[in-house]
Amino acid sequence: MGDGTQTAVDLQSVVKRYGTFTAVHETDLEIPEGSFLTLLGPSGCGKTTTLRMIAGLTSITEGEIRIKGRRVNDLPIHKRNLGIVFQNYALFPHKTVFENVAFGLKYRGVAKAEAAKRVKEALELVQLPQMADRMPSQLSGGQQQRIALARAIVVQPDVLLLDEPLSALDANLREDMRIELKRIQDTLGITTVFVTHDQSEALAMSDQIVVMSAGHVEQVGTPEEVYNRPASEFVASFLGNSNIVAASVTGVDGGVAKLEVDGLGPILASVTGDQTLSAGQKVKLSIRAEKLALSDTAEAGADATVLDARVTTVDYQGQVARYFLDAGGRQLQAINPIDEHPLSEGKQVSVRIRARDCVVLPA
Amino acid sequence: MASLDPMDNAWRPWRLLAPALSAIFLLLVVPVAFIVVYSFWLRTATGADIAGFHLDNWIEVLTDPFYRDIMGFTIWIAFATTVVCAVAGYVPAYFIATTQFKHKAFLLLLLMLPFWISYIIRTMSWINILGSSGIVNAALIWIGLTDEPIQMLYNQWTVIVGLVHFLLPFMILNIYVSLYGIDRNLVDAARSLGCTGWQAFREVTLPLSLPGLAAGSLLCFVLGAGTYITPLVLGGPTDAMFANLVFDAIITQLNWPLGSALSLVLLILLGCVVAVYNRFAGMGQIAKSFG
Ligand SMILES: Nc1ncnc2c1ncn2[C@@H]1O[C@H](COP(=O)(O)OP(=O)(O)O)[C@@H](O)[C@H]1O
Ligand SMILES: [Mg+2]
Repeated sequence: MGDGTQTAVDLQSVVKRYGTFTAVHETDLEIPEGSFLTLLGPSGCGKTTTLRMIAGLTSITEGEIRIKGRRVNDLPIHKRNLGIVFQNYALFPHKTVFENVAFGLKYRGVAKAEAAKRVKEALELVQLPQMADRMPSQLSGGQQQRIALARAIVVQPDVLLLDEPLSALDANLREDMRIELKRIQDTLGITTVFVTHDQSEALAMSDQIVVMSAGHVEQVGTPEEVYNRPASEFVASFLGNSNIVAASVTGVDGGVAKLEVDGLGPILASVTGDQTLSAGQKVKLSIRAEKLALSDTAEAGADATVLDARVTTVDYQGQVARYFLDAGGRQLQAINPIDEHPLSEGKQVSVRIRARDCVVLPA
Repeated sequence: MASLDPMDNAWRPWRLLAPALSAIFLLLVVPVAFIVVYSFWLRTATGADIAGFHLDNWIEVLTDPFYRDIMGFTIWIAFATTVVCAVAGYVPAYFIATTQFKHKAFLLLLLMLPFWISYIIRTMSWINILGSSGIVNAALIWIGLTDEPIQMLYNQWTVIVGLVHFLLPFMILNIYVSLYGIDRNLVDAARSLGCTGWQAFREVTLPLSLPGLAAGSLLCFVLGAGTYITPLVLGGPTDAMFANLVFDAIITQLNWPLGSALSLVLLILLGCVVAVYNRFAGMGQIAKSFG
């Protein structure tokens, strides 16, 4: 990328400050044409601010934003050709569904007949073709959500911006809409920036995830990358259940580092090519709870470590169980599938940890 | 168990409403009933009222063009005041509703501040501003634009000015409430769909603030049409409004029967205005701005 034609949205050293408070620290981000990018992070980390800067609803303090190669810093929002879906839908309550969806077409000077046709197509795409004459207040939350989406995509925007569009829906509907939204995005091939604080939404839908924390970008990567190879302690702890322990490097041999963890003893961890570790270095070790394999006996080896532990608490969840373990005085979590019965509390187990599941993070 | 008795349950709402209903009955229905009865009495030259059922007052009030013209003038003054308040009140209401200023409550307090001063004193203050020795004339003479003070007071325009001064806060408050209730995302959504700021205002903000505008207008119209102090203090001899007639009949001429008929005419007219408003907008909006 970087040749301008394939990058739909390009943030270069973008900073947003409110007075002395920095809501978004210097951020660089390239969003490829047609991709589905998610801004993921806890509430207050600057996701909405970033989205609003792209939209032109919030001015940027420093840096530059380009949409389809064109600098838009000073381009007012109504000339940016974007589609936005708000968390609360923001349908015009005094206009019918048809008027809502046709709104953007009217201001783009699309002729009446052509507009009617496109509104119809958009309503079909969101599977609500019969709702054109209703008022928004006559629709359920999920239907309003779809209409808001139809209103945003009917203008064929260069970028679709979605700010926590699913968080106001109840859990079942949210999963349906998640699949629906992804289907529509795939159909249209529209560049999409999606904001959420829900990791499962982010993992399920995204081509790329940008994990944010306190106004900083912590990591950019595919769902698999951010999940399996978190770049920081924050990412490791924000996504899924991780065991994160302080460790020190005792030696590095090829792609495998030998770590010494207080209370647990030596553990092997694979290192990626761009990591340089030296003996004596203090690091953090992160292991996903579901990567701790519990059994009665287990074999250690050149690519795995085995620890002895005792099950202290069992959190039964149906398909899986979450076990809280005591390993040499240290608390660990493990999530394992259940084979008939979950392990019982107080049981002594062997914990097998593969080197490739161990991620070494900066301390 | 007494509370399980169906009769008891049926009466429960009425028992709970009883204090409010009796207050309304004693303070509103009874006095109005007295006025209605009075309006059919007759006043004699000797000063004693003749009780009975005489239509004379009503015939006089409803047929004499003198009363009709003053009713027309009253409606005109109230209407003009309402229009000026609506136009002049929208901007500050919009400002207070959308400002990022931290102390919004303080701005609203400023809006209420005039209510701490007597309405009569506020009306009289215009004499110090527009009177022959008021600051406007003093300034004009000092600049040299005129040698003699210009007569600016005591006409229908100063009545309107005085009423606008009195009623503007009601209008601003009502518009503010409806503007404040508009989701900011709606404007952002309209902007993202291609509206300029002004177009978004016309498409979203203005239509959604109409209930507040209507409620404010109703209050301004009803309060404006019912006033007698402003025309008394700031109007000329020919600028009497309908309530002045009631005042004259009852306080000056001690003619309670005629005054009663006159006040009922005003009451019925304003009641019709409220009924029309209620039909189209509902009274809920007014309740909001006092809530
Ligand atoms: N208009 C504003 N003025 C001052 N601070 C703001 C403003 N908007 C947002 N912030 C602050 O910026 C930070 C990021 O906010 P936001 O982008 O809304 O977070 P998120 O969407 O990730 O929950 C928050 O700490 C928030 O309080
Ligand atoms: Mg947000």
